[in-house]
This record gives sequence, structure tokens and C-alpha cells, in this order.
Amino acid sequence: MLEIKDIHANINGKEILKGLILKVNPGEIHAIMGPNGAGKSTLASVLTGNPAFEVTHGSISFHGKDMLELSPEQRANEGIFLSFQYPVEIPGVSMVNFMRTAINEQRKYRQLEPISATDFLRLMREKKELVEMDNKLTNRSVNEGFSGGEKKRNEIFQMAMLDPDLSILDETDSGLDIDALRIVANGVNKLKTDKNATIVITHYQRLLDYIVPDFVHVLYDGRIVKTGDKNLALELEEKGYDWIKKEVDGE
Amino acid sequence: MKEINDEANSVATLTEWHEGAEYIKLYNQFNGQIKSHSAPLMNESRDASFGLFKSLGFPTNQLENYKYTDLKDPLSVEYGLNINRLKIPVNPYEVFQCDVPGIHSYLYFVLNDGFYPVRDKRNDALPDGVIIGSLSEIAQSHPALLKDYYGKMSTTKADGLIAFNGAFAQDGFFMYVPDNVQLDRPVQLVNIMRSDVDFMANSHNLIILGEGAKAQLLVCDHTMDKVRFTSNRVTEVFVGKNAVYEHYKLENTHAETTNMSNLLIRQEEASNVLANIITLHNGITRNTIEIDVDGEHCETMLCGIVLADKKQQVDNFTSIIHGKPNCKSNELFKYVLDDTAKGGFTGKLYVARDAQKTAAFQTNKNILLKRSAKMRTKPQLEIYADDVKCSHGATIGQLDENAMFYMRSRGISEAEARLLLMFAFTADVIDNIRIDALKDRIKMLVEKRLRGELSKCEGCVICQ
Repeated sequence: MLEIKDIHANINGKEILKGLILKVNPGEIHAIMGPNGAGKSTLASVLTGNPAFEVTHGSISFHGKDMLELSPEQRANEGIFLSFQYPVEIPGVSMVNFMRTAINEQRKYRQLEPISATDFLRLMREKKELVEMDNKLTNRSVNEGFSGGEKKRNEIFQMAMLDPDLSILDETDSGLDIDALRIVANGVNKLKTDKNATIVITHYQRLLDYIVPDFVHVLYDGRIVKTGDKNLALELEEKGYDWIKKEVDGE
Repeated sequence: MKEINDEANSVATLTEWHEGAEYIKLYNQFNGQIKSHSAPLMNESRDASFGLFKSLGFPTNQLENYKYTDLKDPLSVEYGLNINRLKIPVNPYEVFQCDVPGIHSYLYFVLNDGFYPVRDKRNDALPDGVIIGSLSEIAQSHPALLKDYYGKMSTTKADGLIAFNGAFAQDGFFMYVPDNVQLDRPVQLVNIMRSDVDFMANSHNLIILGEGAKAQLLVCDHTMDKVRFTSNRVTEVFVGKNAVYEHYKLENTHAETTNMSNLLIRQEEASNVLANIITLHNGITRNTIEIDVDGEHCETMLCGIVLADKKQQVDNFTSIIHGKPNCKSNELFKYVLDDTAKGGFTGKLYVARDAQKTAAFQTNKNILLKRSAKMRTKPQLEIYADDVKCSHGATIGQLDENAMFYMRSRGISEAEARLLLMFAFTADVIDNIRIDALKDRIKMLVEKRLRGELSKCEGCVICQ
């Protein structure tokens, strides 16, 4: 489904990703872990086409299409979704208007008619239940005045609404208490099928107790330096990253 | 008015028009006719206003209060004036259809510079005692009602445009709402400019609300013909004790229009005033809004939106004077400027020594969509009382790139994301419209305008 080949990427002239390789198949959950500054969030940004980052080398193909040729909105409409580490507040844009616009842009991209008002409301109601989201939140402006937990829940709500093939969860666990974490993880698990895939970017193993990965990758200095199963995450939790750094730097 | 014979001559003439010399000659020659086609009450201060104009001339951008607007070019045009009150062969009630659905307003027109006299059945339901009509006629039929109000604010201002208006305005819109009468529907005043030659209109509006009265006035500016128009309007509003007054000004004029408007409001004790000044489409606009809060426990909300592109210019010069204690004022102006549009905002706030417990807040936020657009903003606070809460803030920026990317990552196209953000930017000003039908319509017009579609009202045939 997703094939990242030898990606190099810069921000402000500084190289962050230095030859990253990753392959994701339908039905898989990949966890990406790594120390601060390794390039985890950069990977999320590059996959979704954030214009702040410049890709200097390599390729990203998704469903056989070259993603680097596409704008962020085209990639989204091809089925890539990013749950932001820091969801953006957009005062004055209501959640309802935002979601309706997003759904209809996706439908337009797929050459479908705009969604009817009743179908839209039904969809909203259904997906809100999935992440136990308060009605009050969807009546407000996008993320405005939401608590940290509410923002993350809102990300998963949007993910549910847009039904992507590939979801990238960037530090979704940061700033969540244990109850909120469970709700968010439950939402993600309920949305999981054998047709879609998930990339979970996280610092800590904690989230992986709830969203169990098929693969755990360690990202260090812009490359994936180690891949294992869920036990690798436990090992990292226990031993930290220093042994990996030593292994790599000692090469 | 003056024949231009050769090129050398015409250059000299142009200079003189904007310096006011030609108008001074005109007044000296024709002031008898100006007066004979107006009301004695309006004529009482006419010569004094003329004298003031003679000494001040038209304002130039060398003056602190006019530094953001250069009126030299528009005032260099030789405009026609209609001092002999010739009838304009058009019935605005027939040609103009307001397209604010469900507004159900009491509807009146000022055609160029005069109140349009036809009686319309829509206005028959006005409550008893309310008087709406031609200023010059009512100044003659009810002089006692007007004499304590007409010119009482405007003649105290040392301003060239207001003085010019005092000398040349012969008519305008008049509204009187007696004590404790509350209008159930908005009153709509449509200023329509209609002429086959370049034309200047001077009109004076007078609005009086008695104690406990309530009225909403929607003023719409429209232009009908593809000639150069200049309007110089003065509106005096006296808001009585406990009265509630809402003033909406919606400008939708063509790019060859120079619209100079002076809105002067005085508030008595415990009155509540909302003024919302919306410029959707225009040429050069200068709005002066001065609110004199002259009683305790008043509330004042002054806000506005400017959407300008191409070479359009909009300058809102605002001044709120807190002379008495325990009042609240809030000011909020938002501009979206594209292309080489120019915006200006001045927020004067004066809190007198005795005006303790004043709470006054001012915000001006601006978005420039291109580097070529220009915004000048100036908060100007003078606070002489020591127990007050005052704040001001002004920002000039671009659209939030993080918000743009966030929306695009949800599949929303760049153009649509931009639109949502611009619309969101103006939303809090639109929320300060207390007439639902108007609010919905303005939302729609702002959205159309931001989409680059026509935002004109049905009655206007010019806007491009």
C-alpha cells in the first residue's frame, strides 16, 4: 500500500530524514519509535506533504501513485490521514462546516455528489459515538478552547469521518490521561480493518498496550535502524535508546 | 459650471477644484439659490459653515486625521451639483429591489442628495408619532422639533468635509422616534447615486431617538451609472436616555465612487448604540465615525469589516469620547485586503478625567493577501481618568499557515481553505449584526465577495 524508498528531507536547509525506507501493507499496524529529534514527526509531515519540508531524494508511492507529485489535499483525498501531534485551533470555522467541507471535497475528488444534509448528520452522530465526543464540541469552532484530550479525540473523530486507508497517528498519546488514552485507542481499534493500515508514532510504549503493532521500527538520525515486533517496544521502554544509539554510532 | 477651453487652462482648473477655490466661487455666486431650495433652519448655519470651509479647504493627507486618504485626485474632478433641485427622472422604488430576503424594512431613499418623496405602502405601518421624511421639508414643517438638534454636532467640528457639507447640503433623511416608541422593524435608507455626468452629492441626515426609544437603521450605498461619483454625507444621531440605536452601513458602490461619510452620534445616559460599518465594494471610501458618550451607564459597540481588492481604498477614522463615568465601549474592525488595495484605520479613544470606571476595548485585525496590499493602523488612546479598564490591539498579518495545512491535510483545497479562514476572520464582526435577515445576507455577500463572485445587490447594475 505504502512504499517509502530512500527518503531524504530538509527543513530550512537542515537534513532530517537521511534515507528512510518503509513498506506498509493493508491490515498492518506499524509503530515508529525513537528519541527526540530522530525525525519521527518529519516523517509524518513529509508523508502528508507539509510545504515546510523539502524532499531532496527518494520516492513515496501510495496505492502505486507517486505521492511527492501530489498536494496535501490530494494525498488526503487519496486516503492518507494525519492525526496531528498539535491539532490547530481555527477560530471562526465551525466543526460542522469544516467537516462538511472536507467530506464534500473528498467526494468531489472521487467524483461523487455532495453528501445530503441528513446523511451528513447521521454520519456525524455515528462517528461521534465512536470516540465518545460531546455534542458541544462539534458545535464549536475547530479545536478552539478544546482541552488536550478533546483535541486528540477530535483528531480520531475526523479520522472516523474521512475513513482513510492509511492513518498516521503522530504522538496521539501525548497530553492524554489514561482514560482519554483508552477512549482514543478504542476508537482507533474500532476503525481498524484488514483493508486499512496505521502508522503509530510514539515516544512511549504505553499507547502500544492499547494499539498493538505488528511491527516496531526505531527511527534514529533520519533512518530506520532497527525493526522488530511488539517486544522491541517493551525492550526500548526498559532499556531506553542509548544502546541503539551506540549500536548505530559504533558501526 | 465652468467651460474648460484649452489644455493649459484645464490643468489650472483641476488644481483649483481640489483646493476648493472653484467651490468657493460657486458658493459666492449661487448661495442664494442653494438657500432658496433648502429650509431656513438649515440656512442658519450655512454661511458660517462656508466661512469655515473657506479657511480649512478640503482636507489633505498632510493633516493628521486624513493621513491615510488622499482626496486630491477624486476632488480634482469637475462634478455636477444639483443646487436647483432638478428632478431626477427615476423612481427608486421601481428600479431598486433590496435583496435582503425577509428584512421587512421601512424603506426610504435618498436619490443623490435629496430625500425621494414618493410614499410607499410598505411604510404605512410606522407607529404613531414616528416621523420619517425629507430633512428640508420637516425642518420647515416642524422647526421646533429640529432646532435643538440640527447641526448641533456637525457645526462644532473643524473639518473641511463637514464644513463643506454644511455649506452645500440642502436635504437628506430625517427620522424622529418619540419617547418610549420602539420600532419593530428596521428602517432602511438607501443612498442611490444616479447621474449621466460626473456628480457630487452632499446630504445631511438627522436622527433623533427620544427616551427609551428603539430603532435600527440600515444605510445602503449604491451607485447606478458608470460615471464618477463623489458623495459627502453627514449624519447626526442623537440617542436619548435609555434608548437603543443600531446603525448599519453597507457600502456596495462601484470603483469610480468616492464616498465620504461622517457619522456623528451622541449618547445620553444608559443608552445603547451599535454601529457596524461594512464596506463590501467601493472606490475610495472615507468613513469618519465619532461617538460622544455623554451620559453614565452607556454601552457602545462600534465595529466594521472591509473587503477590498484591486485599487480600492478604505479609511475608517473612528473616535469614541468617554465624557462620563461607568460606560463600556468596544471597538472591532477587520480588514481583508488584496491586490494593491489600501486600508487605513484610526481608533481614537478619549477618556475624560471624570469618566472613572470606563471599560473601553479596541481591536483592529488585518489580513493582507498579497504583499502589494497596504494597511495603516493607528490606535490613539488618551486617558485622563485613573480607574479605567482600557486595551487596544492591532495586528497585520497573513493567513495562518498552520491552519491552512491542517485543513489541506483533511482534503480541503487550498482555495477553499483560504476562503474558510477569511470568512472565519470576519465572523465575529458579522455576529454583531442584530437583525437576523441582514446577518444571513451579509454572511452570504461576504462569502460571495471572498469567492471573487459579484457581491452586488440586485438593484445595482454597475459593480464589476
